[in-house]
Amino acid sequence: MIALTLRDIRLAMRAGGGFGLGLAFFLIVVVLVPFGVGPRADLLAAIAPGILWLGALLACLLSLDRIFALDWEDGSLDLIATSPLPLETVVSAKALAHWLTTGVPLILAAPVLGLLLNLAPGAYGALIVSLLIGTPALSVIGTFGAALTVGLKRGGLLLSLLVLPLYMPTLIFGADMVRRSAMGIEGTVPMLMLVGITCGAIALLPFASAAVLRVNLR
Amino acid sequence: MADGTLLSLRSLSVARGGIEVLSGLDLDVIPGEAVILRGPNGIGKTTLLRSMAGLQLARAGRVEVDAETLVYAGHADGVKPTLSVAENLTFWADVFGVKEIGPALTAFELEALAERPAGALSAGQRRRLGLARLLVTGRKLWLLDEPTVSLDTHAVGMFARAVEAHLAMGGAAVIATHIELGLAQARVVELSPFKAVLPDIDDFNEAFA
Repeated sequence: MIALTLRDIRLAMRAGGGFGLGLAFFLIVVVLVPFGVGPRADLLAAIAPGILWLGALLACLLSLDRIFALDWEDGSLDLIATSPLPLETVVSAKALAHWLTTGVPLILAAPVLGLLLNLAPGAYGALIVSLLIGTPALSVIGTFGAALTVGLKRGGLLLSLLVLPLYMPTLIFGADMVRRSAMGIEGTVPMLMLVGITCGAIALLPFASAAVLRVNLR
Repeated sequence: MADGTLLSLRSLSVARGGIEVLSGLDLDVIPGEAVILRGPNGIGKTTLLRSMAGLQLARAGRVEVDAETLVYAGHADGVKPTLSVAENLTFWADVFGVKEIGPALTAFELEALAERPAGALSAGQRRRLGLARLLVTGRKLWLLDEPTVSLDTHAVGMFARAVEAHLAMGGAAVIATHIELGLAQARVVELSPFKAVLPDIDDFNEAFA
């Protein structure tokens, strides 16, 4: 499993691997929003938690179809499916690699971009913690969507449509957690909901992803 | 499955795109044996190999094989262009729990290319890398789909020697190929007699039933 995760990370880092894709998208969204909204610091501060979470979510979405598509095209997926690795392990390893190459850079960039949006000083901790808890769910749910659409030409659109509704709870509770701490309210409830969603996704979805992958390979 | 048999097919029928292509196929593969599948294009060699590998469900009949003993190699090599030759092989060796990639590099004369990115290889070199993967799996039963495509005669010889060495160690191989590999132990199975006969549909409504 470690071999597969390391390979995916290495592939992402090499030329054309799309490592910076999500990060660049996140950066563009967050940098452009203040220009679009206009010079109103109070308004920016009010929408900052939502914009930061939305940007991170869309950036995550952008790189999902690469999870299986490339391995499908060059035949690796068939070879991996007949290897000693159970498919449940394969999808978990791929979700982990996706999180490490997409989720972690977003978490690291978010506080810096929070400055651009005039995020309330008290909310930076909550921003990092909420992304830390929430982005693994985005990767695991996204891996499920990618497994569903593997083998479809230009499956990216269908993938987005399938995954977006599943992303909503994470977005709602993630952004709410940041918003609450920005307003100085205690944010334990959304945090616990976020933890629950992520734990549930990590525990259950690899089995679903492996099952649909089996069907799709046949 | 009888003792020692690596693969048994029992009145197997396979379908491609919902249409039955081969039916009533019986086959046993024992250690030390190479089975060459022959037949014209479209007869279902790839479909049959994928069914053997468990990548496809049989339409009828049974495939008896231990999934832990086989390795499949299809038309696509599964080679990552941005990884070097050695990195590609090391990945598969790690997945299959094999330590050493040296012998595999040697068998397919890839030592000189080991550090080169696989994307810079020629088609034949890439195919050699794909075949070298078989040697780092440590699996007994090789299921190979047109393994010699884009190989020159010298490389075909390398491949034949690798298969011979594999058979000598108690392995077995099922190979779909159109060319003569010069394997002494090979058993040729002609697939044409097993071509599925499509049922006659004489009624228009029946066709959509």
